Amino acid sequence: MSAPSLEAEIGAKRAPSFGGINLTVLGLEIRRLLRNRRTVIFALIFPVVLFAFVGTNKSYANLPDGHGNVSAFLVVSMALYGAALATTAGGAMVSIERAQGWSRQLRLTPLSPVAYVIIKTLTAMVLGLSSVLAVFIVGRLTGVPHMYPGYGYLWFVCALCVWIGSLVFAALGLFIGYLLPSENVMQFLGLVMAVLAFAGGLFYPLKQAAQVLQDIAKWTPLYGLNQLVHAPLLGGNVDVMWVVNAVGWLLIFVAGAVWRFRKDTARV
Amino acid sequence: MTTGTGRQRQRDSGVQPASGQAPAIVLRNVHKHFGHVRAVQGIDLTIEPGEIVALLGPNGAGKTTTIDMILGLSQPTDGQVSVYGTHPREAIDRGLVSAVLQTGGLLKDLTVRETARYTASLFASSNSVDEALKRAGISEIADRRVGKCSGGEQQRLRFAMALLPDPELLILDEPTTGMDVEGRRGFWAAIRQDAERGRTVLFATHYLEEADAYADRIILLRQGVVVADGSSAEVKSLSSGRTVRATLPDANEAELRTIPSADSVEVRGETVLIHSGDSDAVARYLLTATAAKDLEITARALEDAFIALTSAGDGRADASPGEQR
Repeated sequence: MSAPSLEAEIGAKRAPSFGGINLTVLGLEIRRLLRNRRTVIFALIFPVVLFAFVGTNKSYANLPDGHGNVSAFLVVSMALYGAALATTAGGAMVSIERAQGWSRQLRLTPLSPVAYVIIKTLTAMVLGLSSVLAVFIVGRLTGVPHMYPGYGYLWFVCALCVWIGSLVFAALGLFIGYLLPSENVMQFLGLVMAVLAFAGGLFYPLKQAAQVLQDIAKWTPLYGLNQLVHAPLLGGNVDVMWVVNAVGWLLIFVAGAVWRFRKDTARV
Repeated sequence: MTTGTGRQRQRDSGVQPASGQAPAIVLRNVHKHFGHVRAVQGIDLTIEPGEIVALLGPNGAGKTTTIDMILGLSQPTDGQVSVYGTHPREAIDRGLVSAVLQTGGLLKDLTVRETARYTASLFASSNSVDEALKRAGISEIADRRVGKCSGGEQQRLRFAMALLPDPELLILDEPTTGMDVEGRRGFWAAIRQDAERGRTVLFATHYLEEADAYADRIILLRQGVVVADGSSAEVKSLSSGRTVRATLPDANEAELRTIPSADSVEVRGETVLIHSGDSDAVARYLLTATAAKDLEITARALEDAFIALTSAGDGRADASPGEQR
């Protein structure tokens, strides 16, 4: 507030591009996630350990399954479980930030509420990607899972499907995050995710369950995704109901998040 | 003494607002209702660039509600708010205004410096993070986790964050609540030093001494309306006038009572005490028409004005210019 006129100085000031989204913020958000020991254990270490237990059992790991073996199938399952947990945890960070009052503090900066949600989604997806990579890389390092010759590219296809699919759970995390302002929301969501993983057939083959459970399972949020991400490996047809399930739940969670988000910004 | 338009601070930099330049803040007949509660009931005010203004009033007077509207955190039920001639939200987006509020938390898992970096990155252009931390006096705790900082340290971090966009206008809502005396003094020293550079500052407080010590202009709120607006000396004299004390041997009390502006006259031996709403006229009379010497003019404490003007149902408040406007 010296030399040129105040008026010129005011006129020269502009709002930021992209509503304030930038790499510094993304980097700091990811650093925060990695600082949270519970998140790291649940999203990165737990799925890997789970695979090490169920995915390398010699009695079935090497049985053929589509274009690979059962162990490869389980790599994909555990990566989906990990990615879903990671993105849910990432999205649910808004809950903690609302409880701590940080979202109100951000209203004093140019960061728009929509840009904030985009940052949270991107952060959740980065954590989801880390989880996918952790399971796939450690899985490959054990040497048990494999694809048949000529199908090595399926590792990348399946990993990509899992990662993109986990967007559904980033939306779930955001929805719950806006619904419940609490610092302990992940304890609740961890339990919900375990139930959904069982119901979706990630932890055991649904065909072995009672018919009534199978019928219910088809409507749960991890079912469609679970079928879809294994489809490249199994090589069969894609059932349109799987797509309906995955996209349907994505729309439900996004609608829920938008609804709560609107209420939240109206109140601030 | 009405609005502050005529008494704007002229800074040593020689910056003079060009004619037609937008004031820092303009409120036009602003109302804010929450259901049946009328938190703000018609506030008009103009704050010019360079002023340091205190928004003073008891709890529930509408200070925070008014500040929230100036910051675009809430919308007035009726009336207009503009900041540097634009909508409050745009003023924030462009970094023209920033604030230190009572509410608004910080992320416990970031360090002090990371929090400032996070905030700085959101603005199109920003001051250096280290410079802001230094000005807020928290350079030495830059690497500490926010969760481990004391309330005063966190408040200084909020202040550092508010400095980052190099705002033309800084708004503080009861910024020293919960600080000890030393923390409060340090905080105000930092603010005062910063204001020397010509920044416009608006702060809400219910500490009278803070308003008296740090503001050029005091706006007194009561039940959502402005009841007084002027320099602290003007606000003090508003409710209570001043007392002129002089040594005057052989004082003629009856004669002194004829001074047109004298409200009350008391003679104690050689000392006379004259209470008046226009102490200048009394002093002039005493020095020119009598043998009075050793004149002393004392204002009543601001606290008296505050109590007189802010207590509900006090008819005196209606006589203040704040409500006549």
